[in-house]
Amino acid sequence: MNRAWLPLGIFVVLAVFLGIGLTLNPREVPSPLIGKPAPAFTLPTLAEPQKQFSVEDAKGKVWLLNVWASWCTPCLEEHPLIEALSKKGIPVYGLNYKDKEVAATAWLKRHGDPYRLSVVDPTGRVGIDYGVYGTPETYVIDKQGVIRFKHVGPLNPQVVERTLLPLIAKLRAS
Amino acid sequence: MTVLRAGPMLRMLVLVAGLACTQGALAQGAPTAAAAAPGTPAASDAPAPTPAPSSGVARPNAEDPALERRLQAVTKELRCMVCQNESIADSHAPLAVDMRNEIREQLKSGMSDRDVIEFMVARYGNFVRFRPPLDWTTYALWFGPALLMVIGFGVLLSQLRQRRNLVAARAMPELTAADRAALDALAAGSPNDKTGNR
Repeated sequence: MNRAWLPLGIFVVLAVFLGIGLTLNPREVPSPLIGKPAPAFTLPTLAEPQKQFSVEDAKGKVWLLNVWASWCTPCLEEHPLIEALSKKGIPVYGLNYKDKEVAATAWLKRHGDPYRLSVVDPTGRVGIDYGVYGTPETYVIDKQGVIRFKHVGPLNPQVVERTLLPLIAKLRAS
Repeated sequence: MTVLRAGPMLRMLVLVAGLACTQGALAQGAPTAAAAAPGTPAASDAPAPTPAPSSGVARPNAEDPALERRLQAVTKELRCMVCQNESIADSHAPLAVDMRNEIREQLKSGMSDRDVIEFMVARYGNFVRFRPPLDWTTYALWFGPALLMVIGFGVLLSQLRQRRNLVAARAMPELTAADRAALDALAAGSPNDKTGNR
């Protein structure tokens, strides 16, 4: 009788694993960049194209890099949360990804600009360095310029409350 | 008796179902993840309403067919992160176009195929590779199917053997003393045979 239960047992184990698998989001791919220095870039800012911003400039503070675009609908979805984070005094920098300057500026004007500044990456070249594959994406970068966390897709209150804010507080304290 | 017979059948069924599921499990865990979940943010932004200007159009480069062949070979090895079941070579997603252009530039600048793949892995993780490297996280992926097949055949063989024994046991039931006596009588050509019971 024992042996009769064995295949059933195997089946149950498989079913449990498959069940877990079904609840996972195949789009959430762990980034190899976590714990690595944020890829360097020097890009013109959206507001003043003659001015440049590089990762180095943000060193010494815990900051967020938010990849956005005016054509990206989910970016609008997370927009209030970005605004709230910015109001809390967390420096949020935007990476305007594969966008047109006019459209991007109009988007910020219409919906509000929560960013300290946005840099423009019209070709998506810097996006590739950051492993961007679906806007919006949000990176938490620590005082030493190391990427500590990455969120793909629009932020939601849960991620902000449970992950982002505690992590930022921890990184600031260290 | 029927219950006993149903036993092995049921087990076989469960086994087959199990194997089928494992395939699914591996497909799920492995980069061949099935259809993209609709409605996820990344999915919904993939077909951008106004596709951002890509850094150039990926058109066959007639001037250098050898480079183009290498590009084809490398991009076939890399997953498009937007439409996950397509390679960069096949995908029309803007990101895939960008990546093709990037890789073409890299190959032109003298990077080896391996360098290019390493470059992408460093940014997107092993998930971009259609053939993940062999390490402890991928042992199950590489050896799981073979292992399951071996287990499956093992169970199948043991079941078949068991059934054969069962059939043999039923075909030749143990003879009782009375049966033996009757047989002996038959063998001795006893007139008992007149009943015509053959």
